[in-house]
Amino acid sequence: MKKEIEFTINGKSRKLTVKPNELLLNVIREDLGLTGTKYGCGTGECGACTVLIDEEPVLSCLTLAITVDKKKVTTIEGIGTDENPHPLQQAFVETGAVQCGFCTPGMILSAKTLLDKNPNPTEDEIKRAIEGNLCRCTGYIKIIEAIKLASVRMGGRRK
Amino acid sequence: MREFKVVGKSVPKVDAFPLALGKPLFADDIELKGMLHAKILWSPHAHARIKNIDTGKTEALPGVHAVLCYKNVPRVVHTSAGQSWPEPSPYDIVMFDNKVRHVGDRVAAIAAETEEIAEKALKLIKVEYELLPAVFDPEQAMDEGAPVIHDEPDCKYLIPVFYDPKHNHCAHIDLEVGDFEQGMKEADFVIEHKFKTHHEQHCSIEPHTCICYFDHAGRLVIRTSTQVPFHVRRIVAQCLQVPERMIRVIKPRIGGGFGGKQEVLIDDVCAMLAMRTKRPVRLVYTREEEFTSARVRHPMVMWAKTGVRKDGTLTAIQLRVLSNAGAYGPHAMTVMNNTCAKALPLFHCENIKWIADAVYTNLIPGGAYRGYGVTQAAFPMGVMMDEMAETIGMDPVNFWKMNTIKKGETSPIFKALSETGKGVEMIVESCSLPECIDRGAEIFGWREKRERFKNQPEGPVKYGVGMSCMVQGGTVPLIDMASAFAKMNDDGSFNLLIGAADLGTGADTVLAQIFAETLDIPVEDVIVYPSDTDITPFDKGAYASGTTYLSGMAVLKTAEKIKEQILNVAADMLGEPKEDLRIENKAVISSKSGKRVEFSQIVKRALYIKDQFQIAAIASELSRLPPQSFAAHFAEVEVDTETGQVKVLSYVAAVDCGTAVNPKLAEGQVEGAILNGISYALTEEFFFDDKGRVLNPSFGDYKIFSAPDIPKITTILVPSYEPTGPYGAKTVGEVNINGPLPAISNAIYNAVGTRLYDTPFTSERVLNVLKEKGAD
Repeated sequence: MKKEIEFTINGKSRKLTVKPNELLLNVIREDLGLTGTKYGCGTGECGACTVLIDEEPVLSCLTLAITVDKKKVTTIEGIGTDENPHPLQQAFVETGAVQCGFCTPGMILSAKTLLDKNPNPTEDEIKRAIEGNLCRCTGYIKIIEAIKLASVRMGGRRK
Repeated sequence: MREFKVVGKSVPKVDAFPLALGKPLFADDIELKGMLHAKILWSPHAHARIKNIDTGKTEALPGVHAVLCYKNVPRVVHTSAGQSWPEPSPYDIVMFDNKVRHVGDRVAAIAAETEEIAEKALKLIKVEYELLPAVFDPEQAMDEGAPVIHDEPDCKYLIPVFYDPKHNHCAHIDLEVGDFEQGMKEADFVIEHKFKTHHEQHCSIEPHTCICYFDHAGRLVIRTSTQVPFHVRRIVAQCLQVPERMIRVIKPRIGGGFGGKQEVLIDDVCAMLAMRTKRPVRLVYTREEEFTSARVRHPMVMWAKTGVRKDGTLTAIQLRVLSNAGAYGPHAMTVMNNTCAKALPLFHCENIKWIADAVYTNLIPGGAYRGYGVTQAAFPMGVMMDEMAETIGMDPVNFWKMNTIKKGETSPIFKALSETGKGVEMIVESCSLPECIDRGAEIFGWREKRERFKNQPEGPVKYGVGMSCMVQGGTVPLIDMASAFAKMNDDGSFNLLIGAADLGTGADTVLAQIFAETLDIPVEDVIVYPSDTDITPFDKGAYASGTTYLSGMAVLKTAEKIKEQILNVAADMLGEPKEDLRIENKAVISSKSGKRVEFSQIVKRALYIKDQFQIAAIASELSRLPPQSFAAHFAEVEVDTETGQVKVLSYVAAVDCGTAVNPKLAEGQVEGAILNGISYALTEEFFFDDKGRVLNPSFGDYKIFSAPDIPKITTILVPSYEPTGPYGAKTVGEVNINGPLPAISNAIYNAVGTRLYDTPFTSERVLNVLKEKGAD
């Protein structure tokens, strides 16, 4: 029994017919072709599939697609472009926070929610915000540095 | 130290922006028309013979396009280890066998229209097993009467080495340099302990991923998350019994490897399914499969015995190693060899005895893992050094400095053994380890903290500091080869085609910097195209800390050949001898006349005006002398004696990787390796039940560190200049994962007076050791 859902994806309205058990991750990657959202574990434990639903980070591998009906979904492709990258994307590049880059989209989206709500996060607040996003390459140090840099550039003052 | 324009600068990674923007760069980010989805049926038993497989119902299921099992694929013994041919790993695996050797071993594979159908189809396969007794403990694997895991008659090595599969004996080598017994006699103190290290999974966030399809010419294209594209081509051709010319391997961006992707783990099955169905096929491991059916760091049992004189002289070292290869032997011998070849040259000692065995057991197979045997050996050696220093009453800082190899010195081990067997005689051309120790100790506050922690606070929480030093030789001498090709474009930019496989480390960037430095151009003018077996020249792949050093030299030589060609054209254009010309800022300038001609003019002349030809070059580099990278690590820990919990408070690493071609990327390698090492030391652990099943195959139950867990980590790059490397560079990928086990164990001892000889240092283990001590 498929169901039609209507939602906003990266600022554009979309209608899709989905199976009730379809995962949001698969809809985003396969139906919408937005492959910046990654499969890393399928059990909500690595954060590579993080997307924003109504500005809140959500694990799309654990979310049924039908639940985003009438909601606003943002993926990594929706927050910046080549010409106009998001300050977090810019900061991740500059600080060396991108190694393999597989966790980067989820990491940036978790950080974006943090900075949107709290422009001046402490280091502990940054760490807690990305707690659910695993990275095996960087040791997180340059990721934390990137988020601090972006927070300054986005108008926050460092504490 | 030489000054460079591009080398030594932290230019942003050439692929960082597209990655941060979430562009479709990884293996699984393409969708092909008519693509099928593959799933593998895994063995539920640790050791069993397959009496029969009935796939009738599966094949009849609508949407299933192919089913593979031992009955319908060629039996080609090979190794899954992605190493240079002839591989120094046993040929002991086939695509599908009529026997399973560990829980999670391959039984059958399916390609179906959807993943859902494939999963449903798996359940319809009827397998009749004859259960066999299993052996899990490496110390019992060679016992008389132990179950024989590889009883098939066709398992073998291609190279002449010891192999006795009838006794589960996968590899054995021993050697002695100097006279160990004599060294023991000269010692004032002899120390002896047994150590154990544990399983570890790589945990690349991107799982193993492969997509196979046929191109317009009917050739098989393998798009795969690999560290070794050229070895994948060779091994898949072998397994499928097709010529290499029928196969093209493309390595896209890779989501981390750490050795786990130095393995032909899924490519052969995916390719065979594509061959059978003539459709594109996609095979992606689940996270659970990464834990049950990929590879792990070899767990080892080690017996160390050392002799030391009161004056601090290290008189003898003996290391006995028993490596648990698991069900198959990829990398088993070479990882085992590195417990000597790449670990023991660190020490000033003339009398060294090393005895090593690798045995088969019915557990998940070991494989390549960052550190590759050196991590295992660095643990007993680092703890023994600490205990010897304490025994003779010397500060570990001084003891390490006194007993580690220096610039201009050699080790008898270099000549005696390499990773693959025979060694090469060499001296250490660059080494800043003594400065690493001094600067690391100073920044860490070693002396103050050692003094402070002599008086522990009241209450259950105690504090301690520990250190360890480490080495890791890069490349496998006389075997590893890398090459690069470059051509000049109309605007004076260059395409740099490299066989080297950037697996997320920044290799493409580092190699672009080396190229740019040689031709005095900005990095933006270098368009890097990595690792496509149809297009780029051969490179052994990303392993053995070889890329910056070896692929870097190939790139440097390529750039130098191009430079010659540019100067020849410029000499003709300017009417001046080549000897008077130099390259500067994308132009050739005459030192005599001051005349100047731009790269863009030179290339236009070459392509369109006179004596037309393509300015282009190819060059290769063979590893002759493996460069040695060093580090000194310092850890400060807090131990709760009531709960046994160990927390690392601060960690300092002082690292000699030669010239850091890109310091930020080098720091990233250090930080990543250290955190992986700390997480391995404290929380990562496999749990098996008595049937050999992995009980915790998920990130929820196998704890790798996340951001709130990290201690304060300080990285100090202490440069040296390696004359055989590109612009003085050595290697940085692996060495730093060798520090956390010994440094943390030593710090725990400093805090609570109890040594940990078994890993990991979980609350339970620490508490048990403390209880034992209390009971004494």
